[in-house]
Amino acid sequence: MPLALFTSLVFAGSLAAGLLGAMTGLGGGVVLVPLLTLAFHVDIRYAIGASLISVIATSSGSAAAYVREGFSNVRIGMFLEVATTLGAIFGAFLATRMPTHALAIVFGLVLLYSAWLSWQQTHHPETAPHPKNPWSDRLRMSGSYPDGNGGQRDYTVDRIPAGFATMFGAGTLSGLLGIGSGAVKVLAMDRIMRIPFKVSTTTSNFMIGVTAAASAGIYLQRGYINPGLAFPVMIGVLAGSLLGAHLLVKARVSLLRTIFTFVILALGVEMIVNGWLGRS
Amino acid sequence: MTEQQKPAIPNASPTPTFDDHRLEMLMGRLLQTGVLLASITVLIGGVLFLITHANQTANYRTFSAESANLRHPSHLLPLLAAGDPTAIIQLGILLLIATPIARVAFGVIGFGIERDRLYTAVSVAVLTILIISLFR
Repeated sequence: MPLALFTSLVFAGSLAAGLLGAMTGLGGGVVLVPLLTLAFHVDIRYAIGASLISVIATSSGSAAAYVREGFSNVRIGMFLEVATTLGAIFGAFLATRMPTHALAIVFGLVLLYSAWLSWQQTHHPETAPHPKNPWSDRLRMSGSYPDGNGGQRDYTVDRIPAGFATMFGAGTLSGLLGIGSGAVKVLAMDRIMRIPFKVSTTTSNFMIGVTAAASAGIYLQRGYINPGLAFPVMIGVLAGSLLGAHLLVKARVSLLRTIFTFVILALGVEMIVNGWLGRS
Repeated sequence: MTEQQKPAIPNASPTPTFDDHRLEMLMGRLLQTGVLLASITVLIGGVLFLITHANQTANYRTFSAESANLRHPSHLLPLLAAGDPTAIIQLGILLLIATPIARVAFGVIGFGIERDRLYTAVSVAVLTILIISLFR
C-alpha cells in the first residue's frame, strides 16, 4: 500500500477511535491497538508505541477541561502516581521481554475485562458511606467537590494500601499494552478507596498522561515508537477526542456505550484467537 | 464523617483548597500548551515526511528498532538542523512526553510554595521515577 494512502487510512481510523473513546469515556487506546494490528497488520510493538503517544496527547489535552469542573484532587493523583509510574516502568520492561503473540493474548483478555466493566457501569451505585480513616487526613487526601447546588460535599479516602497496589497494576497494564488503563484507575479509586465516582474519573484522567510518560521514555529508547506511524495516530486520536468532547450528546451515550462494549468484546476475542494462532 | 450535605467547611488539610485548585488550573493550562506545541511540531514533521516519502510503500508489519539517531535526544540535533522530517516528528513526540513531566515538576514548585513538605516530597519522588525512565 502506498504510504500516503496508508497514512490517510490510519489517520481516519485513529480519528474514529479517539471520537468513540472520548464519547464513551473508555479512551481511544483500547480500540487503537487492535485496529492497527488486525486491520493494518502493524507489528503490535509499533501499535503499542503509537497508542501510548496518543494516550499522553488526549489525557493532557483534556486535563484543563476537567480541572475547571473542580472535581479532580491533585494530591490523591500525585500520591497514586508514585504507584502508577513504577508500575508503568515495570510494564514497559515486561513488554520488551514478552513474545508478541503473548502480548496479543494479554491485550485481548484486558479488552474482555474492559467490556465487562463497561457493561457493569451502565448503572452506577453511589459510593457506600464508610467510617473515617485517620490516614485520609494524615496524608491530606480528604477533599470536597461541588454538589451541583452551589454547596460543597466532603469526602474521605479509605483503604489506601489496597488502592496503591491496584494502581501499580494499572500502571503495569498501561506500560505493557500502551493503553491509559483509566478503567482500572477508576476501579482503584472508586471501588477500593471509596472516593466519589466523579472525583475518581477526573483524577484518573489527570494521572493517565504522567503514567504513560513513564513508559513512553523506555519505548522511545527501545525504538518502539515509529515516527511515520505515530504521526497520523497521534494527530488523529487527538482530533477525534476533541471532536468527541464537543459532540457529547447525553441521550445517545448509553447506546454508543453499548455498541462500543460489543466492539471491544469482538476485538478482544479476535486478538486472543490471533495471538493463539501466532498470527499477530 | 460521611458524604452528607453540609456547608463548606475548611477540611483537615492545613492549606485551603483554593490554592490547590489554582495549582491544578495552572497545571491544566501548562498541559494544553505543551500538547499544542507538540502537535504543531508533529504535524509539520508529518507533512514533510509525506511529501518526501510519498511514493514509498508502507510497511510496519515487520519490527525493526528505529535507527539509533532518533532514539537519543543528543543525536537529534544534527538531523533537525538538516531538516529531517522523522527527526521533527520525534522532537514533537519528545515535547509531548515532556509535557506531563513538566506538570509534575510544576507540582514540586507549587507544593513548595504551599509549604506542604509531604507533597513536595511525593512530587519529587514521581519526578525522580520519570527522569530515571527517560535517561536510564
